[in-house]
Parts: sequence; C-alpha cells; structure tokens
Amino acid sequence: MFPADLRYTKDHEWVRREADGTFTIGITDFAQGELGDIVFVDVNTVGESVEAEAVFGTVEAVKTVSELFMPVSGEVLEVNAGLDANPEAVNNDPYGAGWMIRVRPSDPASFETLLTADEYRDLVS
Amino acid sequence: MSLLKTPFHAAHVRAGAKMTGFAGCEMPVQYAGILKEHAAVRGNVGLFDVSHMGEFLVEGPQALDLVQAVTINDASVLTPGRAQYSALCHGHGGIVDDLLVYRLSEDRWMLVVNASNIAKDFEHIRSHNRFDARLTDISAHTCLLAVQGPAAPALLQRFTDVVLADIPYYHFRTGRFMGMEDVVLSATGYTGEAGFELYFPASAGDPIAVWDALVAAGAEPCGLGARDALRLEMGFALYGNDIDDGTHPLEAGLGWITKLQKGPFVGREALVAAKEAGIARKLVGFVTEEARAIPRPGYALQAEDGTDIGTVTSGGPSVTTGTGIGLGYVAAAHAAEGTAIRVVIRNQAVPARVVKPPFIKKR
Repeated sequence: MFPADLRYTKDHEWVRREADGTFTIGITDFAQGELGDIVFVDVNTVGESVEAEAVFGTVEAVKTVSELFMPVSGEVLEVNAGLDANPEAVNNDPYGAGWMIRVRPSDPASFETLLTADEYRDLVS
Repeated sequence: MSLLKTPFHAAHVRAGAKMTGFAGCEMPVQYAGILKEHAAVRGNVGLFDVSHMGEFLVEGPQALDLVQAVTINDASVLTPGRAQYSALCHGHGGIVDDLLVYRLSEDRWMLVVNASNIAKDFEHIRSHNRFDARLTDISAHTCLLAVQGPAAPALLQRFTDVVLADIPYYHFRTGRFMGMEDVVLSATGYTGEAGFELYFPASAGDPIAVWDALVAAGAEPCGLGARDALRLEMGFALYGNDIDDGTHPLEAGLGWITKLQKGPFVGREALVAAKEAGIARKLVGFVTEEARAIPRPGYALQAEDGTDIGTVTSGGPSVTTGTGIGLGYVAAAHAAEGTAIRVVIRNQAVPARVVKPPFIKKR
C-alpha cells in the first residue's frame, strides 16, 4: 500500500525520484481512499516554481475538494494529462497511472528530508 | 460514547464498506464507490441502510391533534396508507427538523425524523403534547431500508404478495415481506427514483438475511456518500446543511408544505409574520457556467457586480452531468430563475445561474 522506494508527506503526497533527477508526485493510496471517487485534478502551476508546502493544485472528489501541497520546492514541469480523461486512475492506480505532476526539485537532496514508507504508515495507522 | 450500530452493521463490515460516525451511529459511507453506487440507483437498483433515522409512534384518540399541532403541513388530508413530507418548527419559525408523516391507521401515526435530531425532536413534540396522545420513540429497534432505482419495484415484488404497482408515490401498504409480517412498504425515497422504503422491527426476522437476499437479487449496496450525491441532484434539502434551527420553511423553499390556513400549529404566527414582512432571502438551486467549477458548502455567493448575496449550503458535481451544482441562500432580489450570480471558488468568482431543481432531467 505504501511502496518502500517512495517518500511521503504528512499531507498524503508521495514522491518518486526518477533516474533523470526529477521527482514524480501524486497522492497516496490512503488519501485516495479518504477522498473517494475523484472527478478531476486541477493543476494550474505548470512552468512555475512552487515552494514546499505551497498549493500546486486541487483534487475534486464527488463529496469533497482537497488542495494539493508541494512536498519540496521546485519547478512544476508537467501535469499528468492522462488524468483529464481518466481521473479515476488516481483511485485505481495512485502510484502509477494516477501520478499528478513531475517536478524539477530546487534541491535534489530534499528527497531525503521526506517521510519514509514506514514513517508514513505510522502516521496514517 | 461509542457509536451505535444498525442491525445491518455486520453486513457493511463484511462487505468492506468504508464506515464513518454519523449522528452517533457507525454508518457506511461507500461500498464500491459513489460513482458506481450512483449509477446503480439511476440505472438499476440500489440498497441503502438508513436505520439510523428516527421513528416515533403517535397513538391515541387525539393523535391527529398532536401531529397537527407540531407539523406545518396539513396531516388531516392523510387517510390511512398515505404519507406526506412535513417539518417541525420552533415558535420562532426556525426548522426543528424535516420529516415524513405516515398515517398508519385512524389513530396511529409514524413520524420519521433525521438521525441527528432524534432526541431534540422527541423532546420538542413531547413538550407540545397536551393531547390524549401517546408518543413513543421506536428508533432503536426499527430497521429502515431504502431500495431505490428504476428496477427497484420489480426486484421487491419478488419478495411480497402486496401488489407494489398499486402503491402510488407517497402512499404505503403494510404487509408480508420476505416472511416478515407488518412491514411498511412505502413508495418514498430521497433519490428521485422509483422505489420503496421498508420499515420493520429488527425482531421481525433476520435483518442480515434480508440484506443479503436483496443484494443477491441484484441490489447494489450504497452508502451515505451516494445518497447525498443523489439527493443533491434532485435539489432535496438536507437538514444541517440547507435547513436548520435558524432557517424557516418559507425562505427554504418549503412554502408548498407550509399550510398557514390549516389552523394553529407551533411556529404559525412567526411564519405568518415573516410572510407579511416579505421573505428577505431564499434557498435556490444554481449551476456553475464553467467546466471544472464545483461549489462546496460555505463558499460565498455574489451578485454579478461582486457584492455578497449569500452562501452555498450544499454543493458538488452532478454525478450524472459533471456540472457544478449547488443550493444556497441568496438575497430575494437574486432568487429568480435564470438570475446570473457568481460563486467564489478559491478566490475566483465563477459565473453561475439560478435554476429550479431538479438539476437532472427525469424520465
């Protein structure tokens, strides 16, 4: 449920460090379960530099809306365009097809400051 | 205080439903997901455990007098076998609760109230009982299942010899269902679809077996999340969101159940005065005019010139159409159908238009 190669935040985002040094970011399986059926993901910060813990977008579920927070400071390079037609991927495959943004981190070492899978599991259990 | 459990609780847990505390009761929010459950109700049949709701009996030679004294609709028009939507009001006109009133027989009535208001309602009614009428709270041992959707009547017909097609909307019959006697089969619901609500004592049979048989027959188990999405599409008010102790029926769009001419009832004088003074704000339905603009409770409503005119009380996406839909109070000058307004979504004023619910076209 919480892959060991990812890092996590208390706001229920996950971060994957890619081979090219960029970070891929999404929301955790716990978060998608709490939100329920997601109807769209709105990210209007592509091309912008966003500080850690600032809002990079919103996720609208049927019953509620939630803001999305940057796990680390960096430039938002890309949003997952596949979510436009297939927002349910966030529910069905939160760590795969349900990814949300790709980011160039201001500090590559910021990855290490995030929660490990074990630490995140403790937080939500 | 630990949460209460309905007689169907074990079935919800066994099915892996996501549970939550609601009005002191541990209830299923969703099973397979709101979208799938919503689709089942609009297209086939869904099954809801709403046993957390409250049921009171009012019995005795003056039972009608008590019902008339505390409710705003005219219960005297009900013959046995008929039900009506109504409300309880405070002396100041604010809404204690909205409810269903059933005339079970000449001198026997059932009032069905919101789970969160059971204690408040009971005390309110009791405090006005100067009649030869006995008030009993049977909530704790009454099961209530809502079976809703276009295929609901046919599905239910397999389990009863009561001819369901003979029961018009807002009528009910009491009869044998799945081997249980005296089940109230009520052609009512909170979804806008065909279907029934079934009331029976938990002791009348095996509630879990009833649940399982309905699921096996093809009913999709549904939670409170889908129930809320379905009622919002119909524009039905939800107590605690759209109506409460501080709102009165005339501003809440409930003038059609407010029978000021029926004779004295609690709140009547305040409502007559409010009507004469003019209704300052009204609960309206509205749709957003941009894609991906979803109103939520608490968001501000503005006139086209940016002045504040009210607040969203219920909102979300119409699951059927994807459009942002909502209910909210606006100043009366902006309440007419078609009026252009704005809803403030994350500091953006998004164009919206006042419409008359339901928000979806019904067959």
